[in-house]
Amino acid sequence: MGEANAKNKSATDDAAILLRCAKLACMRGDRLLFRGLDMQLASGELLHLSGPNGVGKSSLLRLMAGLLPVFSGEYMAHETLALCDGQLPLDHDLPLDKALDYWQKFDGTSKAQRAGIFAALGLDELSDVPVRIFSTGQRKRAALAMTALQGAKIWLLDEPGNGLDIASQTGLATLMSEHCQKGGAIIFASHLPLPEPTGGYPLSVKCSALDLQEFAG
Amino acid sequence: MSAGLTRIFANLVIRDIRIAYNLGGSGGDAQGGFLLPVLFFITVAILYPFSVGPDAPLLQRTGTGIIWVAAILSAILPIDRLISPDRNAGFYDQYAVRGISEELIMLAKIVSHWCASGPPLLLASLTAIAVMDIPNTEIPIVLTGLLLATPGLSGLAVMIAAMIASMRTGNALAGLLFLPLAIPMLIFGAGSIRPGGENGLLLLASISLLLTAISPFAAAAALRAGRE
Repeated sequence: MGEANAKNKSATDDAAILLRCAKLACMRGDRLLFRGLDMQLASGELLHLSGPNGVGKSSLLRLMAGLLPVFSGEYMAHETLALCDGQLPLDHDLPLDKALDYWQKFDGTSKAQRAGIFAALGLDELSDVPVRIFSTGQRKRAALAMTALQGAKIWLLDEPGNGLDIASQTGLATLMSEHCQKGGAIIFASHLPLPEPTGGYPLSVKCSALDLQEFAG
Repeated sequence: MSAGLTRIFANLVIRDIRIAYNLGGSGGDAQGGFLLPVLFFITVAILYPFSVGPDAPLLQRTGTGIIWVAAILSAILPIDRLISPDRNAGFYDQYAVRGISEELIMLAKIVSHWCASGPPLLLASLTAIAVMDIPNTEIPIVLTGLLLATPGLSGLAVMIAAMIASMRTGNALAGLLFLPLAIPMLIFGAGSIRPGGENGLLLLASISLLLTAISPFAAAAALRAGRE
């Protein structure tokens, strides 16, 4: 991520573009997952990345987060990224509140932001519960809260709706909508449809879609 | 990444120490990890007199050697818990996304691992010294030697832990990788007890320093190579 940022400070032709791929290809082991991927993500955009299992949605997000090498083509991110995948890197013996403190110390974000995020994801009553006894859906909500609290401009969400009940799905959609309205951008990778906030997405949120199957290698 | 390097480093070290000594938490699988190696070390020291019999001169002569072997064997025990639990939980991915360098993380790991293993080992070695009835003149040499070796052992442990973290059968390899690299410290550490062997401590210190210095880089490279 660091490299990608440094490379692009000068080459921003469009200030609103936060992330860009050109002819991007990704290789896992000896398998070419996708190739020739051209896309960009603008400020305020909510991109629904779809495609069947194994097409490389998660790999694309990991590549964007700087965790996988670019096989060929170009990839640049102009802004800070947050990745929410299937894992929950929180200390399992600590209550949620304290476990999140650890990451907020790195991110330097304020604890005041938590109220809104906790309310949207229904985490208020869980804040003093040890993370290790969370259910699947609760773990997912905690991971999403961690991502939202990072304060990054671009959110990379990998199957964020998995295991969430209807209320939490709406809460997640509300958070996503707010993030995009504040000038952030989101890539929502899922084979499921995009959840909607109550009343739908406002016009300022540019909802777009990308089917990764079209670029399968 | 808005926090300064020192703050990041302190944050990393404090978390690991908290987990190792199980402070402020409520139990968990990686908790209280400092105790097991120490108990193992003391057990070996106590077993030895049982196996060779209550022969005081023999124990005095060979006791320091056993203390050193026990110290190095006990350093293998925590290796499989040093890196892989955090790696599997996604901690290292999140550090990378935040642009925190692996070298800094591994250095913090070595410092915190030493804090959780060095002082307890030195305390436990007092028990072993009493059991073996080590002569008073040799006690400072044994303790100094162990104090000098523990940073090297911590560095080596973290380095091996990072190498095996992405392997399925890594735990069995830990000892095999660790022991050969620890032999120089064993030779100079145990050898410094012999008459005229005081310079062994200097060589021990240099090897320990070398291992401590290269291990953050080697461990960081291993961590990056194991990322998938």
